[in-house]
Amino acid sequence: MRIVDRRLNPGGKSFENRQRFLRRAKDMVERAVRDATRDRAIGDLEKPGEVTIPAEGTREPYFQHVRGNRRDVILPGNREYVEGDLIDRPKGGEESSGGAMGTEDNQEDAFRFVLTRDEFLRIFLDDLELPDLAKRRMVGAQKEGVRRAGYTTTGTPANLSLGRTMRMSLARRIALGRPGSDAIERMEAELAAASLSQDAAVDRLQKELDIARERRLHISYLDPVDLRYRRFERFPRPVAQAVMFCLMDVSGSMTAHMKDLAKRFFMLLHVFLTRRYTRVELVFIRHTDKAQEVDEETFFRSVETGGTLVSSAFVEMARIVKDRYDPASWNIYAAQASDGDNQPSDNEQTRELLKEAILPLCQYFAYVEVADPNTDMSGPAQHESQSSLWLAYATLRSQKAAFQMRRVSRRDHIYPVFRQLFQRRGVSAGETPR
Amino acid sequence: MNDDSLLFESNDWDFQTIQRIHEAVARIADEKLGLDIFPNQIEVITAEQMLDAYASAGMPLFYRHWSFGKRFAQHEGVYRAGLQGLAYEIVINSNPCISYIMEENTATMQALVIAHAAFGHNHFFKNNYQFRQWTDPGSILDYLAYAKNYIANCEERYGESEVERLLDAAHALMPQGIDHYPHKKPLDLRSEEKRERDRMQERERLYNDLWRTVPGSSRDASTMAVDRRRTMLRLPQENILYFLEKTAPKLYPWQREVLRIVRLIAQYFYPQQLTKVMNEGCATYCHYRIMNTLHETRRIGDGSFLEFLRSHTNVIRQPDCYDRAYSGVNPYALGFDMMRDLARIVLQPTEEDRAWFPEIAGRGDEMAVLRDIWANYRDDSFIAQFLSPNLIRKWRLFHIVDEDDAPQLEVSAIHNERGYRDLRRSLAAEYEAARKIPDIQVVDVDLAGSRKLVMRHKVVDGKLLDLGNTSLVLGQIANLWGYEILLEEIDATSEEVLKAHMASPAMH
Repeated sequence: MRIVDRRLNPGGKSFENRQRFLRRAKDMVERAVRDATRDRAIGDLEKPGEVTIPAEGTREPYFQHVRGNRRDVILPGNREYVEGDLIDRPKGGEESSGGAMGTEDNQEDAFRFVLTRDEFLRIFLDDLELPDLAKRRMVGAQKEGVRRAGYTTTGTPANLSLGRTMRMSLARRIALGRPGSDAIERMEAELAAASLSQDAAVDRLQKELDIARERRLHISYLDPVDLRYRRFERFPRPVAQAVMFCLMDVSGSMTAHMKDLAKRFFMLLHVFLTRRYTRVELVFIRHTDKAQEVDEETFFRSVETGGTLVSSAFVEMARIVKDRYDPASWNIYAAQASDGDNQPSDNEQTRELLKEAILPLCQYFAYVEVADPNTDMSGPAQHESQSSLWLAYATLRSQKAAFQMRRVSRRDHIYPVFRQLFQRRGVSAGETPR
Repeated sequence: MNDDSLLFESNDWDFQTIQRIHEAVARIADEKLGLDIFPNQIEVITAEQMLDAYASAGMPLFYRHWSFGKRFAQHEGVYRAGLQGLAYEIVINSNPCISYIMEENTATMQALVIAHAAFGHNHFFKNNYQFRQWTDPGSILDYLAYAKNYIANCEERYGESEVERLLDAAHALMPQGIDHYPHKKPLDLRSEEKRERDRMQERERLYNDLWRTVPGSSRDASTMAVDRRRTMLRLPQENILYFLEKTAPKLYPWQREVLRIVRLIAQYFYPQQLTKVMNEGCATYCHYRIMNTLHETRRIGDGSFLEFLRSHTNVIRQPDCYDRAYSGVNPYALGFDMMRDLARIVLQPTEEDRAWFPEIAGRGDEMAVLRDIWANYRDDSFIAQFLSPNLIRKWRLFHIVDEDDAPQLEVSAIHNERGYRDLRRSLAAEYEAARKIPDIQVVDVDLAGSRKLVMRHKVVDGKLLDLGNTSLVLGQIANLWGYEILLEEIDATSEEVLKAHMASPAMH
């Protein structure tokens, strides 16, 4: 007899076959992934997920009978029937023959399986590309960093982890049965009581007490084997980092629906950026007639009143960039969401700011105009608009490749629009949303 | 390590433990059960690797195809969701016999798995006539390695999609790529000559001039030609893959070789479909006897014996048909119960047993009888021969007939004197391979004209072919054949054509 240990063999033998399967079912998996993301919350977008695809596309056909006109079934566990009994045909999947027959048919309709996070995102972001990666060469360059990596039994006193050490000590004391001080006290009290009453158990108690004290002496409270130190390890810290500015108009005219659309767009952009950069920071700037940096919660939830001065947001963004994000070492992306309202007097200034101050800083700037679904237009013009901000930006559109704008009014348009914005160049803009 | 100490004391095991277990089990298998096995090779694998093995029909290596990836995705999903555990072992019919055991198993489970797979299944693989006839355990792994390389080379040369299309078609025909009967062995020259001589003598002996005066045969020239054509093409042929491999006019040599690979692998797995109940019954009976003996001789403790009993009873659980969990007859349960029942009949027969099984009742050596049965039957013949009235009563089997034109289902037999034979026959029929795989044969080729391939499906009990599947598979056959296909469905008794399907090759 031979025993072979295969556990160390390289795993993932099915990886290649799995990839082939995904390739085979590509179209359906893509559709399933898109359907799945439509209903997902922001945070869940990146989680691995179960997708269901119609079985038709990956069917393996073979010659099969249909049910004949006579079926013979042999079943175990007869309770009440005798030969010649007539039974009403079972309705649905209940008792006797039902259990065996009912379920078979449905299984062929859909094929359900789990995509890993990587597979999910790869399909989700397939053939999208970040435009204009001037600082892309920095993606490769890496610096050493230090981070926590569990515990070790050796180390410098400075790294001693008290909590962990005491836990080990406690475990060891319990395991070895070291009597606690309260146990000793109790035994001493018992002994005293016994010797007072001239009990015969004195000798035994005395002996027990001696043994307990002995144990306490030999099993130390804290032992060198208990010591645990925090461990640090070096890891390569990528230099490439990106910051994503989310600009949004929060004036009263922005409805909850519009904010939802904006949020979805920002979310997609964030996922996309985290795929390309190991580190992505988010900056949320909301504005009415004055701009303010806020956290994510406030950004999406709060409603402000006031007029609309888009230029204020650009001023704020330029300030933040100057303070915190040196364009030489940060890849800067910005996405602006607005319903298109702006004070007409501000339009000129806004455009100039964008063109002169913001666009030179940015890798990419996307403007998404959100609208209510009932203002939906159809035809090729549905992703165009006539709003005041739109018209102000329109001239920039052709001049700068790093600037893109689209109009979105329905939730299911977000993804197609996003795809259009980041379509890999050279790929024809095939998918027009409907 | 002396012979009466415990093999292991805790759940943990190492390779020495496995070695000891194997030795102890081997002794029992040899002395008490008289099993005859291939040498064992036990391989320890992880859950991940078990999933991999699932996807490729349990084989350690297989050519690449998307359908295995699909199976993997399916199993993985089910496993990760915690809906279903993994099998404790997989055993491969090869020489040496490879059993995979999982590293997560406890020592008791390893003992059970070794007794079950490395001895029970191993004995069955080596001795059952179906396996001896259709599989070559010595070379299967080499053949799979060859197949994998060959197909990988083809992919490199002719492109992945080309090979994938071919494999899709071949896989669709796998159930029709199996020889159900052994071929006639070609005669050597000496016996051919002898046969010719005998034939001549017979003719001389029977010569009677009167025969000359009998009016000539009524068969005309055209049927003669048809017969001749069929003989030349070796028609009718039920092995469609074989026919296409040998005869399809447009295939390249490498395509024929790929068809052959798929066909031979299908043939290798064929005996396992035919002997599910017996194979599992044999393995389960063996592990039950071995584990009991280990416990009786105090080689395993009471605790681990209880652990064994627990998983054993899980394996042989048969919910009755009122139970929601009922999903057909559990082959482990049926097999194990039949083996135990046979052992009882051999050792302590009742009057009834003596009447039903005069050959084996009271013969006294249950292992000799069982070994003989394991060697010479397959599921349908085994059940038809050995399902005893006692077991029918124990299982309370009953037979329901469901006819389309009847308003209600009818109970046609229950576990009483009148029902035994009916139940036994009908249950055995459920295990006939022919019942599940449609009987489709290639019957003719229009050689002079359009090269149309004519196939025939024999319809039993009005079971026609499923339309969707059939048109897809026929398309595949047409692509392989290169010309039109006609498939007629013919009623087995009345020979009346019930339906016809046509297919033409897709344009490339």
